[in-house]
Amino acid sequence: MAAPKKGRSAGAQSKPGRALALILIAIVALTGGMFASGHTTPRLGIDLAGGTSITLEARSGQESAINKANMDTAVEIMNRRVNGLGVSEAEVQTQGRENIIVNIPKGTNSEEARDQVGTTAKLYFRPVLQSQAGSGATATPSATPSGSASPSPTSSASASDSGDKDKATSSGSPSPSTSATSQGRAVTDALKADPTPSTSGSESPKVTDSASPSASASADADTQALQQKFVALDCADEKQRAAAGKGKSTEPVVACGQESDKRWTKFVLGPVGVDGTDVTKAQAILDQRTAQWKVVMDFNSGGGDKFAKITGQLAGQSSPMNEFAIVLDDAVVSHPYVTSAVTGGKAEISGSFTQEEAENLSNMLSYGALPLTFREASVTTVSPALGDEQLEAGLIAGAIGLALVVIYLLAYYRGLSLIAIASLLVSAALTYLIMSLLGPAIGFALNLPAVCGAIVAIGITADSFIVYFERVRDEIREGRTLRPAVERAWPRARRTILVSDFVSFLAAAVLFIVTVGKVQGFAFTLGLTTLLDVVVVFLFTKPLLTLLARTKFFGSGHSWSGLDPKRLGARPPLRRTRRPAAPADPKEA
Amino acid sequence: MSKLGDLGARLHRGEVGYDFVGNRKIWYGVSILITIIAIVGLAVRGLNMGIEFQGGAVFTTPKTSVSVSQAEEYAREASGHQAVVQKLGNDTLRIQISGVDTGKSDEIKQSLAEELKMDPERINADLVGPSWGDQIANKAWQGLGIFMVLVVIYLAIAFEWRMAVAAFVALVHDITITVGIYALVGFEVTPGTVIGLLTILGYSLYDTVVVFDSLKEQTKDITKQNRWTYSDIANRSINSTLVRSINTTVVALLPVAGLLFIGGGVLGAGMLNDISLSLFVGLAAGAYSSIFIATPLVADLKEREPQLKALKKRVLAKRAQTEHVELAADGPLDDEAEDATPAVVGPRAQSGARSRGRGGKRR
Repeated sequence: MAAPKKGRSAGAQSKPGRALALILIAIVALTGGMFASGHTTPRLGIDLAGGTSITLEARSGQESAINKANMDTAVEIMNRRVNGLGVSEAEVQTQGRENIIVNIPKGTNSEEARDQVGTTAKLYFRPVLQSQAGSGATATPSATPSGSASPSPTSSASASDSGDKDKATSSGSPSPSTSATSQGRAVTDALKADPTPSTSGSESPKVTDSASPSASASADADTQALQQKFVALDCADEKQRAAAGKGKSTEPVVACGQESDKRWTKFVLGPVGVDGTDVTKAQAILDQRTAQWKVVMDFNSGGGDKFAKITGQLAGQSSPMNEFAIVLDDAVVSHPYVTSAVTGGKAEISGSFTQEEAENLSNMLSYGALPLTFREASVTTVSPALGDEQLEAGLIAGAIGLALVVIYLLAYYRGLSLIAIASLLVSAALTYLIMSLLGPAIGFALNLPAVCGAIVAIGITADSFIVYFERVRDEIREGRTLRPAVERAWPRARRTILVSDFVSFLAAAVLFIVTVGKVQGFAFTLGLTTLLDVVVVFLFTKPLLTLLARTKFFGSGHSWSGLDPKRLGARPPLRRTRRPAAPADPKEA
Repeated sequence: MSKLGDLGARLHRGEVGYDFVGNRKIWYGVSILITIIAIVGLAVRGLNMGIEFQGGAVFTTPKTSVSVSQAEEYAREASGHQAVVQKLGNDTLRIQISGVDTGKSDEIKQSLAEELKMDPERINADLVGPSWGDQIANKAWQGLGIFMVLVVIYLAIAFEWRMAVAAFVALVHDITITVGIYALVGFEVTPGTVIGLLTILGYSLYDTVVVFDSLKEQTKDITKQNRWTYSDIANRSINSTLVRSINTTVVALLPVAGLLFIGGGVLGAGMLNDISLSLFVGLAAGAYSSIFIATPLVADLKEREPQLKALKKRVLAKRAQTEHVELAADGPLDDEAEDATPAVVGPRAQSGARSRGRGGKRR
């Protein structure tokens, strides 16, 4: 057992320069990488940079609904929501099994973001009563001229007004029946239906009755107000868009929807026909026959009935009143038209989907089908001023901690402490470089607990040196000269360091995997610095000590070197004095 | 400092030493007492759980001259709930309102800002739903459980099961003491505290592992000699690693102390303070337990093994036989034992002693 270790340490002794060169290269490479990546400081978390951090907790009646796929969909949807606010820097990510963290940097309206993010995703199917495409965009491609833009019991005059106001298509004819129709998403149960919409002229406004009974029941004033809203609505305006689509599920609303060509369409939608939670399953499928993507969905029995009813009412009507809108979070994500009543609890939405579009839609449908809601678990708003202050306090605390450790080491280990201090600095440099690089690489953000972890790690890192130095000093006390002492102490110190660092790392890893929130940042730093500790001790501290043992100052045990045999109470050289020494020992008697 | 160095040398030579293992009953007693106090404290006073565990809001204002009582009133008006206001070191106010909904907090913040005549943007808000604290606590317990299982397995493989058990007991002991102190003193428990507590896990074991490592080495061939019992060698291990343990603990405590004073003294309460306080308490407890509890416990457990029992009998018999009666009392602290063995015991035991533990590696 002793032999191989001896051999190894002898090998290490002969090439200490190699290890030092290696770590130097690593530092240079990391520094180069850091400057190349353009991130020369670690990314700061919300608590240090200022901003709002929202932690959402998934809630569900059934435990199995909280799974990775659902959480990922939720993250995607929330991302759409916050980025819809123009917050491009906001990040949404899952944490743990059932949490989603939304970090909104300073300078954005955190309250609005909270409103958006905290609410449950709502998915509804509403019949389309009126639609108008293309605010501010090019003319509707192949608009099917349909006289009736006014299925709701209002005059077509207002519809043409809206045309003017929205500088939509050449507005003479009120609202053509939408690009949506032409880009056709058809709902059929057999896919056989003719995708061309019926272009019948202005049919009776009475259709509204069947599509939305409550609309007709409501007072004229209400419908008028709605119509005014519709006219006034400009979907190209972000604020107006955000406000649109809100309303009771039993009443008609105005809403916006974005077409696949990025143009906005505005709608008047009837009351909710089917709830998203009635969808049991939705899937994007490539139709083998037509080689087109489509979305198939299954309803539960109640939903199937409701869907059959609504499609039965819509089928055969003129465009756009033969459409129903899929409304997610008050925005129309799709508005397929219906050619015949869809019965049997299954439906297909087909049309010119790209794969991505189809998958997106099916995701949303699936999401709406899940009884997954989110609750604000915690919200932290930090003003930039306080963030700065906390960062400063953390840095000061770290500097003081480091200074205290350095003073202690200097006083206790004298010259030897220089090696420890150099090692601490190397360790700090590596930590800083890696943290800076991890920002862009994996989205690591330095938060306050992480700063704490780094400060605590000073102690852990210094511990390794102490273990090794004490070993060396023990060897010197045994009467060895420095160079053999350094080598002999190493294998045993190495084992102790590895075993105890492993335990530290284990703790950090378990914490990181299991816990949530702020604990994670702390665990991450602790784990990282523990790993770096091993690297530094092996590649820096030990080789450096080996090298310095060759110098006169350390090698001869100068009284300030921390390795002075006399001061350490070493016995005179080993073999010669063992016997004389033994009787001198009081315990030996 | 150099005194400590001298102490190190003397400990190394065995000139001084403390019979940790021999007096273990005292330390077990002390620990049991502390544990009982901790449990009683926990039962009677309970933990002062922070807002993060009950749900509520904590607002931190910028520097202000508004008095605490005034701020309390404002906060009560704004929220309709009782508020706890602290003035922090840097003249900022920390306003805690429990039992408010996260959804309502924005309004409260707005009206607070109005009354305090501040820009609401500059008020920091920390809002916590009631279940979040539960989740953090649950995850922490879960992490604790998993870590303990893994560490016991690891220590059982790297060392042996008795050491794993002893380390486990020491760990539980540390956590109990820390929690007990929190209950007794009434420090507030926050997620920061939990972080600190969980960190102690790894840290408390660090010292224990260092001692065990030395112990394992020194007792490798223990049955081949009949001069020292397992307890003797365990005690020597503690003593010879004592300086190291003191140093590592001091060095670990220094940065934590820096955090504590900066966190507490300058910034007032906050996460830095919470983490460092529990670390400080836990680290101290950890150092204590690795010396006074873990290692003596290993000795106790080990000496139930038949071969070590037999060894103990042999050793004791031999000591009774020889004239050196005092050895039985305090001799075994001697770190130089193995060096001295040949001189004293003579050739008969030499081979055993030389191949034993440190002897094998060092010569």
